[in-house]
Amino acid sequence: MKIAVCIKRVPDQDVRFKIAPDGKSIDETGLKYDMSDFDGYATEVAIQITEKAGAGEVTVISIGPDAVQETLRKALSMGAHRAVHLKHDAPVHDGSAIAAALAAELKDAGCDLVLTGRMAVDTQNRSVGALLAGKLGLPFIGAISQLDVTSGTVKARRELEGAYELVECPLPAVLSIDEGIARARYPSLKGIMAAKKKPMDVRPARLGEQRYVLQALELPPERTGGRIIGEGPDAVPELVRLLKEEAKVL
Amino acid sequence: MSHVFAFAETRFGKLRRAGLEAVTAARQVADQTGGQVHAMLAGPPGIGEHAAQLARHGADVVLVLEHEAFADYNPEALAATIRGRIASGYRAAFFAASAQGHDLTARVAAALDLAYASDVTAFTVAADIVTVKHPGYTNKVIQTFQLACTPAIISLRSGAVLPAEAPRAGTVEQITSAVDPGSVRVKVTKTEAAAGGRMDLGEAPVIVSGGRGLKEAANFKLVEDLAAAFGNAAVGATRAVTDDGWRPHSDQIGQTGRLVSPDLYIACGISGAIQHLAGMRTSKTIVAINKDKDAPIFKIADYGIVGDVMQVLPVLTEAVKKAKAG
Repeated sequence: MKIAVCIKRVPDQDVRFKIAPDGKSIDETGLKYDMSDFDGYATEVAIQITEKAGAGEVTVISIGPDAVQETLRKALSMGAHRAVHLKHDAPVHDGSAIAAALAAELKDAGCDLVLTGRMAVDTQNRSVGALLAGKLGLPFIGAISQLDVTSGTVKARRELEGAYELVECPLPAVLSIDEGIARARYPSLKGIMAAKKKPMDVRPARLGEQRYVLQALELPPERTGGRIIGEGPDAVPELVRLLKEEAKVL
Repeated sequence: MSHVFAFAETRFGKLRRAGLEAVTAARQVADQTGGQVHAMLAGPPGIGEHAAQLARHGADVVLVLEHEAFADYNPEALAATIRGRIASGYRAAFFAASAQGHDLTARVAAALDLAYASDVTAFTVAADIVTVKHPGYTNKVIQTFQLACTPAIISLRSGAVLPAEAPRAGTVEQITSAVDPGSVRVKVTKTEAAAGGRMDLGEAPVIVSGGRGLKEAANFKLVEDLAAAFGNAAVGATRAVTDDGWRPHSDQIGQTGRLVSPDLYIACGISGAIQHLAGMRTSKTIVAINKDKDAPIFKIADYGIVGDVMQVLPVLTEAVKKAKAG
């Protein structure tokens, strides 16, 4: 089975972000970067499929400046077989333009499966998987929480609000991977050494037209809270009074 | 004259609140641009009965697509049908940023080869440009984008627009699927409500959420009991709890889980890690119960009780029951 996984390098999210002076980018001072969480799950799923089959090839692809090669190497050290860096220095926010670059790379690649994460945790657009499937003319199943790939068919579970659905489609297909399906493994020392020798192709990204353009970033208003009304069960009557009379939610 | 399209999401034959939000958003735009609101209902035979409710929320025309093959979500047939409808004559098209809405919006945009705006919390539609806001960086940053596509395809985050009544004619037009809905590649074989039949996190006015402070999975009963006492509450959890398997991943609130803004959020035994706060900080009123008075959750809580959640919750549950009964 031939699998491609599209991954994105994003800032580590466990921080308070600051806006840069230009008003439309994040202040990168002190930020660490890694693979977007969901792309890590997608990479893990792809590697597990080839490990289980004892055959197959996982290619990881990323768009961005030279720094994305570090993220691609991480995927190689997890067990992916080869990497493709589609070089583009400026940030791109239009999922359709990104999908165009990925489609140009993948249209003749003969993949059985193309995986993405459910969303990039920085832009939170969740658009690339479906848009890429559209450009490749392949079936798409998004936000998959359980997956079974057998003899030419994908069977998947998707979580809905308060419900779930089971979905099937034939291969080849584009799938986006949600949380809960697999945790990304930590690269082993052996994996890290092996990754250094794995092939990494570098080509310019053939992005499509950008019609969804970032204008500004701002921080959400700070919450003013911090009112402790009492200790232990004795505080309950006062809480109930405030919920009724002040917050009017009871 | 260009019109505004709204997809009214249904599940199990019922209209979802997100569907009314999409129709209300479309009404707001149509009132500015002078076009009509065309709302679409798709489902098994009988789904058309909800047309009157869409009319009450501002639909001039209700497009009804009834077929057994739409009893479950049928993404490819829906996307092809909507694509055919909105390819010309429409300024904007609104969908819910729900699990199915996210999926459908992207498919419609793909079918039209357009860029689109996802998970939108605020929007303005001008003649040549649409400006939207949507959260990014795990909800810690608000992004403003301009979308230069017609129709402007937009998925709306739950609660971004509140359903509002604005009665219109709601003329029903029966439509058919643009492709044979039985011969699609992607087939939903089963849709089932999650066990317990609780309210969904995205729709419940009240969320009672538990963290590690509950000490073990069995103690989530206390959280369930408080939610049941409210009667209109859903149960959420922190990532630590879902990672440990105490609760399903679908219950996780936080930067990689569900993003919620209920009227009332009660955090039980939750310290308030930045990852969790990202998912719930836009709640209208926040209550925190935690034994550590220095826990970060108290910095954003409107009302905090310092104490053992195991002792406080049963008392609060009884008090809420009494308040609801009175």
